[in-house]
Amino acid sequence: MFNKEKIKQVKEEKKKWEEGSLKKVLDRFPERKENFVTGSGVDVERVYTPEDIENFNYMEKLGYPGDYPYTRGVQPTMYRGRLWTMRQYAGFATAEETNKRYKYLLEQGQTGLSVAFDLPTQIGYDSDHSMAQGEVGKVGVAIDSLKDMEILFDGIPLDKISTSMTINAPAAILLAMYIAVAEKQGVSSDKLRGTIQNDILKEYIARGTYIFPPEPSMRLITNIFEFCSKNVPRWNTISISGYHIREAGATAIQEVAFTLADGMAYVKAAIDAGLDVDDFAPRLSFFFNAHNDLLEEVAKFRAARRLWARIMKEEFGAKKEKSLMLRFHTQTAGSTLTAQQPDNNIVRVTIQALAAVLGGTQSLHTNSRDEALALPTEDSVRIALRTQQIIAHESGVAETVDPLGGSYYIESLTDEIEKKALEYIEKIEKMGGAPRAIESGYMQQEIQESAYRYQKEVEENKRIVVGVNKYKIEEKPPQNLLKVDPEVGRLQERKIKEVKENRDGERVRTVLDTLNKAAQGNENLMPYIIDAVKAYATLGEICDVLRNVFGEFKESIIL
Amino acid sequence: MADKKIRVLVAKPGLDGHDRGAKVVARALRDAGMEVIYTGLRQSPEQIVEAAIQEDVDVIGLSILSGAHTHLFPRVIELLKEKDAEDIIVIGGGVIPSEDIPEMKKLGIAKVFTPGTDTREIVDFIKSKINTKISA
Repeated sequence: MFNKEKIKQVKEEKKKWEEGSLKKVLDRFPERKENFVTGSGVDVERVYTPEDIENFNYMEKLGYPGDYPYTRGVQPTMYRGRLWTMRQYAGFATAEETNKRYKYLLEQGQTGLSVAFDLPTQIGYDSDHSMAQGEVGKVGVAIDSLKDMEILFDGIPLDKISTSMTINAPAAILLAMYIAVAEKQGVSSDKLRGTIQNDILKEYIARGTYIFPPEPSMRLITNIFEFCSKNVPRWNTISISGYHIREAGATAIQEVAFTLADGMAYVKAAIDAGLDVDDFAPRLSFFFNAHNDLLEEVAKFRAARRLWARIMKEEFGAKKEKSLMLRFHTQTAGSTLTAQQPDNNIVRVTIQALAAVLGGTQSLHTNSRDEALALPTEDSVRIALRTQQIIAHESGVAETVDPLGGSYYIESLTDEIEKKALEYIEKIEKMGGAPRAIESGYMQQEIQESAYRYQKEVEENKRIVVGVNKYKIEEKPPQNLLKVDPEVGRLQERKIKEVKENRDGERVRTVLDTLNKAAQGNENLMPYIIDAVKAYATLGEICDVLRNVFGEFKESIIL
Repeated sequence: MADKKIRVLVAKPGLDGHDRGAKVVARALRDAGMEVIYTGLRQSPEQIVEAAIQEDVDVIGLSILSGAHTHLFPRVIELLKEKDAEDIIVIGGGVIPSEDIPEMKKLGIAKVFTPGTDTREIVDFIKSKINTKISA
């Protein structure tokens, strides 16, 4: 990128500067620390110059936005064309309550929905199951049957809105319910836009809402890929998630590496199941975290895009442009929010959201200031959404594509993250791929090490967290936190009873029986699951059928 | 008695899969010289109490981030009473709203540690609790 003469001159001048002005200052004022490093432990130099990207080949490393390797972004115009989708993850208590919150968010200018399900729903238990006690409606909305899903989207036209659903082990069932609700609204499945998380590997690694063992889980996932490529072509069939891996303690480099390694496992599984890579790869999407280390985060997003494009092209021979593009959703980092001085979290979220936008995200959730304390109140959610709107309309960063591209530091950091993530990926591939690496506990161990190191650094004051280990104040306990009505559990139990009384019991038995037989064979299970939800079989009943055939995953304890 | 290591069961009751905190605390306690047993995810109160008795622990550490503490913490205490194992000290941690804490303490949770807690504080609390128990 630079001619040899110029670089030579830059190097000579640097030497002069180091021996001159720099030395003079350092002699009198030593720097704050001996070593400066990023959150991932990458060494940070004092200043970056053309020397640091001396052999930089612009077209090879960056190219143009919307062109391979997509480092600068997946669309040619990025936010000059359309802003990112502002999508706040929300859901609590009953479908009725959550439906109200959705309508509020849409009125406030939110442009997509994102459904948070409660834990029993995510783990395939009905609200009246003994394991669901105390959990119903707590971290998300309780969905037991199609009836709840109809209420959840009541008055929300599914052909006009895109919906993301954070659902993994029972993703096929919730997608089936969504298709069934749309049908009742008169919307055919080819018009539906949205995403299911459907990423089971990271559940084993970091998030914990698994049900079935890996093999049948991978089958369900490839069943969804296949079904959607034919019937729900605009649906993102998976959101391969680094978010939770990062929340569990991983560094930015580990987040990229483990997420892409999981992605490779899904691509391999689908190819092994006989699918053509270009039939399903365009609908793969990703989900990343945005932390406080602003510039490292920007570099991370850019590195992830470039790395995935290369992997898809070189490893899997994908040909369609859309198969090569890493499109992603971002959420700001819940784990960085502090219970101390919670209003400071608004500032953290702003930095993190800015990182996501500078990194070229397709959609964004900004966390609310009170999330280290409880579920967010309506006021807190509005501030979080306003944060995105201020970045979009006032900061100016959305007016040009990849505004940090070409920064000596950003490019050198992007290279470094790509290199280190690739080393991890190669190591995982040598182990036999992500499923094997998870089974042996490798990724979990690596993440735990990072989490523990982080905690120690905070406790030894090597890492400052404002309000936690420095700048502390005496505080009154926070007021006005959102409380989920403890009656939700009983309310849901009543609803299940009603659904069971009003449905055709004979039909339910038949559809569950047919599903049972299909699960024992090799067929695509999606059509059977759709039949079951339409007959108002409950989520728990459907999962029980699958549990009986597939068995349940048992966690191996790694400490 | 002075030589006996303090035994702690770190447990994740309920369905919540956020185990970062539980695992960090488990390691910190181990580094502080305690014997730590970690249950893994999705343990029912019955399983936790049974494990605590079988492993003859001095302390149970419960971690919940889902909001289910109002149901699950009291249930663990209740079962310990039923099994005559009330001498086991129970501490809790996670996303626990401060307004819930007095009620938890009244029920018999010795202390609730909220986000941002220094792990040394937990170590010190356990040691001092055990010491007062021994000298009592």
